[in-house]
Amino acid sequence: MTTFADVRSRLARPQQRRYLPLYATLALLALMYGSGVAQYEAFSDPQVVLNVFIDNGFLLVVAVGMTFVILTGGIDLSVGAVVALTTMVSATLLQEQGWPAFTVLPLVLLIGATLGFGMGCIIHYFEIQPFIVTLAGMFLARGLCYTIGTSSITIDDPFWTRMAQSKVRFGDNFISPSVIIALVVVLVAVYVLAFTRLGRNTYAIGGNPRSAHLMGLPIARTRIAVYTISGFCSALGGVLLSFYMLSGNSLHAVGMELDAIAAVVIGGTLLTGGSGFVLGTVLGVLVLGLIQTLITFDGRLSSWWTKIVIGALLFAFILLQRLITPRKR
Amino acid sequence: MNTLVKHRLFWPVTMLVVLLLSNLIFTPGFFKVEVRDGHLYGSLIDIVRFGAPLIMVALGMTLVIATGGIDLSVGSVVAICGALACWRISEQGDQNSVTGVLVAVALALGLALLLGAWNGLLVAVVGIQPIVATLILMVAGRGLAQLITDGQIITVNSSPYKLIGGGYLLTVPFAILVALAVTALAVLLTRRTALGMLIESVGGNAEASRLAGIHSRRITMMAYIVAGLCAGIAGLMISSNVSSADGNNAGLWYELDAILAVVIGGTSLAGGRFSIAGTVVGALLIQTLTTTIYTTGIPPETTLLFKALVVTIVCLVQSPAFRAKVFHGRRRPPSTPAGPATAATEKVEVPA
Amino acid sequence: MTEAILTMTGISKEFPGVKALSEVDFRLLPGEVHALMGENGAGKSTLIKVLTGVYDIDQGDIVLDGEPVRFSGPLQAQHAGVSTVYQEINLCPNLSVAENIFIGREPRFLGHIRWSTVERRARELLRRLQLDIDVSATLGTYSLAVQQMVAIARAIDISAKVLILDEPTSSLDASEVQQLFRVIRQLKEEGIAILFVTHFLDQVYEIADRITVLRNGRLVGEHRTSELTLIDLIGKMIGKELEVLERLEDRPKRLAEDAVPLVDARELGRKGAVAPFSLTIHKGEVVGLAGLLGSGRTEVARLIYGADKADHGQLTVAGRAVTMRGPRTAMANDIAFCSENRRTEGLIEELTVRENIVLAMQATRGWTRPIPRRRQDELVDKYVKALDIRPPNPDALVRNLSGGNQQKVLLARWLITEPRLLILDEPTRGIDIGAKAEIQRLVAQLSDGGMAVLFVSAELEEVLRLSHKVAVLRDRQLIAELPNDDSLDVDRVMETIASGAKP
Repeated sequence: MTTFADVRSRLARPQQRRYLPLYATLALLALMYGSGVAQYEAFSDPQVVLNVFIDNGFLLVVAVGMTFVILTGGIDLSVGAVVALTTMVSATLLQEQGWPAFTVLPLVLLIGATLGFGMGCIIHYFEIQPFIVTLAGMFLARGLCYTIGTSSITIDDPFWTRMAQSKVRFGDNFISPSVIIALVVVLVAVYVLAFTRLGRNTYAIGGNPRSAHLMGLPIARTRIAVYTISGFCSALGGVLLSFYMLSGNSLHAVGMELDAIAAVVIGGTLLTGGSGFVLGTVLGVLVLGLIQTLITFDGRLSSWWTKIVIGALLFAFILLQRLITPRKR
Repeated sequence: MNTLVKHRLFWPVTMLVVLLLSNLIFTPGFFKVEVRDGHLYGSLIDIVRFGAPLIMVALGMTLVIATGGIDLSVGSVVAICGALACWRISEQGDQNSVTGVLVAVALALGLALLLGAWNGLLVAVVGIQPIVATLILMVAGRGLAQLITDGQIITVNSSPYKLIGGGYLLTVPFAILVALAVTALAVLLTRRTALGMLIESVGGNAEASRLAGIHSRRITMMAYIVAGLCAGIAGLMISSNVSSADGNNAGLWYELDAILAVVIGGTSLAGGRFSIAGTVVGALLIQTLTTTIYTTGIPPETTLLFKALVVTIVCLVQSPAFRAKVFHGRRRPPSTPAGPATAATEKVEVPA
Repeated sequence: MTEAILTMTGISKEFPGVKALSEVDFRLLPGEVHALMGENGAGKSTLIKVLTGVYDIDQGDIVLDGEPVRFSGPLQAQHAGVSTVYQEINLCPNLSVAENIFIGREPRFLGHIRWSTVERRARELLRRLQLDIDVSATLGTYSLAVQQMVAIARAIDISAKVLILDEPTSSLDASEVQQLFRVIRQLKEEGIAILFVTHFLDQVYEIADRITVLRNGRLVGEHRTSELTLIDLIGKMIGKELEVLERLEDRPKRLAEDAVPLVDARELGRKGAVAPFSLTIHKGEVVGLAGLLGSGRTEVARLIYGADKADHGQLTVAGRAVTMRGPRTAMANDIAFCSENRRTEGLIEELTVRENIVLAMQATRGWTRPIPRRRQDELVDKYVKALDIRPPNPDALVRNLSGGNQQKVLLARWLITEPRLLILDEPTRGIDIGAKAEIQRLVAQLSDGGMAVLFVSAELEEVLRLSHKVAVLRDRQLIAELPNDDSLDVDRVMETIASGAKP
């Protein structure tokens, strides 16, 4: 243990410590991109990076919501299931009930937010660990999915297809409208966390909930709000995923909660709460996306290497977090 | 009578019995157990047989939760071990070679031990929170399992291997025997040695345990290793029963079912006192729930909804805050303002 | 004389089984620093919690600024002008200094926090406290003293009538204390009434204008600091034991000392806990540790047991140098330790009496060699009988036992390991008088039987009654070692604690 403590004290340039995981992620990202460019000619095409955004827009939105929750020191395991539920509800209502797109959209977003709100209330008022409550939420959402239907439903609603197929062009390159939505979500989240009381209270609760209470901060409201935000972001992520896939499926987004958590952690947010940035989460999602892209470019490696590499990165970053945070006695 | 109601297994057992009885309405011959072709048959036997892997995983989980931890990686370990065993068997020329199967089983269980030790190392030595530490293997483990199976579903055709999960020994399904043996072993290991007490001590009060001279690191390590091993056995049972290994889906959400079984069995998520009998009852309850849903003709897809309901109810009942608010809410003197604010302030310690 | 800004009269508070405060009067005057003194269990913290609304009051009145008040919690108290700064600083170390001062009440424009205004105002506020630091830096990067000051800045910016400082100096070094005192003096001049809780006597005489002493939940008296000598203060805090305990037959005052002491601590110390000290304990000897709360008496006990690691000095047991790696090393050398916090550091409350008693012995044997049930029963029976643990049911949960019986269970846990040195940290605190006498008698018996005992207690009479030798601690230093001969009495020990004080 002494060696561990030594390293920690050497890292104890406190002002910098907060940013250390972020720098590490940036370096990692640069390294990955650099190695990609060096190995594959086609990699230098800017469209490669844009494709990472296109393929991971939904994950980005979900991970932003997760960032709020993790900043308070909590965790939300229900996000993947809520994403799937959203695709399923959207698809059923659009295809089988023939509802108009602009009624379905607010409805599914409301469902996600309500689920989050409910879980937040149980976590706060009944003082049950977040992971078990959101686990129940995950069962609930997946169960609802299966109750709606077990087979995949293709969406051919005109609005959905337009969102799926239109491209926002600049020069030779393009992105999908979903990317723009995701980036707007990121910007709003950055603003909320940095410039509103809700955002600052989120950090305060993660830093020290008891102090936050004694300082008179609205703990109940904030904690419930972050789970509501996470639920809303999951629903929005689900909408984006249904744009991307043009289908609703109970098996969509299985394990997405793990990807989202991994992105947040790799993005430098401490799992104990109180420290981290949304922009870090963006970097985290990019890392995950680039891993996939590199593996695709390589062609020899199989897709499961993604999971192994993500696991290894998680390990490295959690170890890093462990080194820079003082051990609580 | 009162002591009976207060016994901590009273509610889980009652729920189990009620659930079993309710099956009689839909399946008149539900309790019938018969011997056919020298094999035991019947719904009850099926419940135990299909519930055996869950019992295994939940047993290990019980010890981990008793130390105040949690192991999210058991589902992945299930997949990895099933994959390794099937891969090893499929690689050998004669799939029916008993030695070959034994080697495969030993390899798989050895790996399970190793994976458990890895979790234990992260939690007990490096000091990472258990949820986070085991999350790593939960994520990477699926990839490892697929790496072993090369992304395919490995099918084996080996009768000795089939025995573990799908075979019969002396008319009884072998899986049930294994589950019985491991449960008995777990009881022996924890209650005939001092391990159980030391685990409860570490989970109940870690600092007091340290001051009493307990090697809490060693005890915690051991709990995670046992959890890994149990998950490994479950992985063998599952893959053997279907004679194939699916790195992606084998053991999916097993960690959640296992946690649920432990919690239903009356072991608190906060750690401390644990009950192996309770966990077994909890696991059987979950399996009965699944079976009941199938036999009553409710769409099987709704199983998850019921589980969500059960998790919520059990956790609410276990939560002191919930009990205080719901059961004692009206007995409070009116001068005390209700709500979480007071509950939280009272916890603020101001040292003398 | 100025009007009191806060008066509390006839305050009583009872917890199940404990009368925490009875009929206590207390007042605070503007522009004065008022020290609240008392030992453990005197009721200081209860009084503060009652004042700030953490607890309800059973009886009594609080008048603030002429208005009767009763707060529902610290927040409401703060809004009414009563702010508290706790020892463990209740701020968020992950936020900036400025934010910690203003969070929850940041100046905003249409919901947008104006950080420049926040930082400017924070800078001004801290400058008023003569603290010139970068307010945009994370709070956690500053020393505890600065953090303390930031907490004070937040408190006085919200409201500034009454400021409660609960042990603000316990983790500060001397220069930091001076820095804090400078701020306190300034606030005093601004007319704020300051309630100051501390264990450091020097500091009381340096900063306080008035002292209120509590003991066992009762008011002992309120005095001007200038009119109360240190020795009187200590006397009032410790008090003379009124209950007549069963007399122990006169303890043999002299021991035939072995040449080699059983335990010999040489210059043992730990930064921030206790200055290096030397102490020897012989076979069959009871060594008492006397000193006020916070004097370092618990820290000495913990260092010898290895509960905390010493960063200085050497421990020798029976002539052999021992490298302390923690409790297990101590146990291997037959040293046992009963912590003063029996609920958090001693017992496992959800386990049974039997399990708690055999725990330490089982720990030394390892998990593979369980103590046979019959042997457990023998041991547990023997000690349940010998110590008269009630209910005499080995399968009762320890949680459901009374304090005195819990203490006996903890004692039994160590006695069955047959230690050579038994360290008892406040074994008689918070237990009823009968159990107390029994434990004292037991200590005497054990020592007669050849066991060495290190006995820590807040009650000097108890220490004197039992010990062969008394080590006196003060302000985290071992300042004297007194043989317990005929000339030693409570007054002399108090004088020793008081000696070297500045006033």
